[in-house]
Amino acid sequence: MMRMQPQSELQDTPVPGSAAPIAIELSEASVTFGRGPRAVPALSTTSLRIADGEFVALVGPSGCGKSTILRLVSGLVQPTSGVVIVGGREVAARALRVGMAFQNPTMLPWMSIERNIMLPLKIVEPFRSQFRRLRKTEFRDKANALLEQVGLKGFGNRYPWQLSGGMLQRANLCRALIHEPRMLLLDEPFGALDQFTREELWSILQDLWIAHKPTVLLVTHDLREAAFLGSRICVMSARPGRILDDSRVDFARPRTVAMTFEPDFVALNQKLRAFIVDARTASAQGAA
Amino acid sequence: MPDLDYRQKAWSAALIVLFFVAWELFCLMTGMSDLVLPRPSQVFVTLVDKFPILWPHILQTLATTMIGFVLGVGLGVVLGAVIGVSKTAYDTAYPLLVGFSSIPKVAVVPIFVLWFGSGSVPAVLTALSICFFPIVVNIATGLATTEPELEDVLKALGASKFDILWNVGLPRTMPFFFASLKVAISYAFVGAVLSETVASNRGIGNVMMTASSNFNVPLVFAGLFVLAGLGVALYVIFSVIEGRVTGWATRKNDMIAT
Repeated sequence: MMRMQPQSELQDTPVPGSAAPIAIELSEASVTFGRGPRAVPALSTTSLRIADGEFVALVGPSGCGKSTILRLVSGLVQPTSGVVIVGGREVAARALRVGMAFQNPTMLPWMSIERNIMLPLKIVEPFRSQFRRLRKTEFRDKANALLEQVGLKGFGNRYPWQLSGGMLQRANLCRALIHEPRMLLLDEPFGALDQFTREELWSILQDLWIAHKPTVLLVTHDLREAAFLGSRICVMSARPGRILDDSRVDFARPRTVAMTFEPDFVALNQKLRAFIVDARTASAQGAA
Repeated sequence: MPDLDYRQKAWSAALIVLFFVAWELFCLMTGMSDLVLPRPSQVFVTLVDKFPILWPHILQTLATTMIGFVLGVGLGVVLGAVIGVSKTAYDTAYPLLVGFSSIPKVAVVPIFVLWFGSGSVPAVLTALSICFFPIVVNIATGLATTEPELEDVLKALGASKFDILWNVGLPRTMPFFFASLKVAISYAFVGAVLSETVASNRGIGNVMMTASSNFNVPLVFAGLFVLAGLGVALYVIFSVIEGRVTGWATRKNDMIAT
């Protein structure tokens, strides 16, 4: 059931440098938790359009509503006002194929890694109706092929508590990808990892993106991560957040960790950093 | 740690043997009358002697316990699931449940007898009413404390409420459920025997009442031993099942962290 896209002032501004169809659109969306005097605004009126196949990194000071945008797109939160359209439908309709990974790997402790990764196949059509038939053959091979890609070959039979944090986060990435989503929503998935594991996973994620070109919305507080992975970076203000800056990143792909120390890259980092520092001071003054 | 486990078991066995030896010696040394406290050896002899008479009663008690237990678990799971899924239901129903559970069940037996006459029905109902509460509380608590992050994983995939309950809520609740089964089976057993003691002409509880009014004290104790044996056996059966099903929740020394 296609819906007419609602009118918004963004309608005239095309997505920067792309003629691809719109994958995600927030128009005038805002989110407030609670009601009355105890209401907490989490996201100011925000409009954002993301084209199919784009890799968008969302950065900003902590508590600014980055995760709220992600939860809006995934349908975990409903907008208080405005409209969120994903894949041509209003999110409330909920018939999309979205892969999601949180900062916490949230593996179900009673299932082996393999079965954890196969979980989306158990829920999402068209895999759901084939799950009983294929879970021991095709689906299992699929899970193990993904595990191999992230360097976890042979760990499928282990249980989550037998794996380290970095390994769990790799598995988490596999779970977000197994049902071949056209859209990947990542909420600080590498936040709790050490520098080297993180950089390694950036490259893995980049390879996966280049191979399948899903639309990715990555929330992060790591500016290097945003600049390394994103084809576009949105900077958000302090809570209640809104988008301060929206710019493209044109470094050639595949990017390497070495590139992150080159002057252009460092300059971009500086620029992003300045935005966030400003946003933080502004909010501190506002509070005073 | 199989070594430690083995030693632990040896000590437990030794303590049980020691208990009976001490009891035997105490009776012999004080010249205790077997009308007051029979020696364990006497009790065992009575147990073996009277076993053919006891056997149908054992079956009766087991049957009422199990029927009451199964019904209690069924009722408890349904009620626990309903209460656990909704915070409002949890808060609303909890006081009433606590009220029911606070009633000493021995006080309810006469009411059951009044309604259904003496016999198996009150025993089953007493077993049911005494054992369903721990199940309800544990299922409800397990469901209510499920980490929202675990649920979000499925919600983001567009899973239905039932999908979430089936794939996250219920498995997450299994350790709570099996822990409560161990408690519930013991409770059901207590309930059945209690009811038999008050109002029945069959079952171990009734045998003990009859024996005590005939001053057949060794038989009373034999009944007690049977009860202890059955209680332990039921507990062990459910512990083993628990270990099989919810091993993931009780890992300790066998971590292979890398």
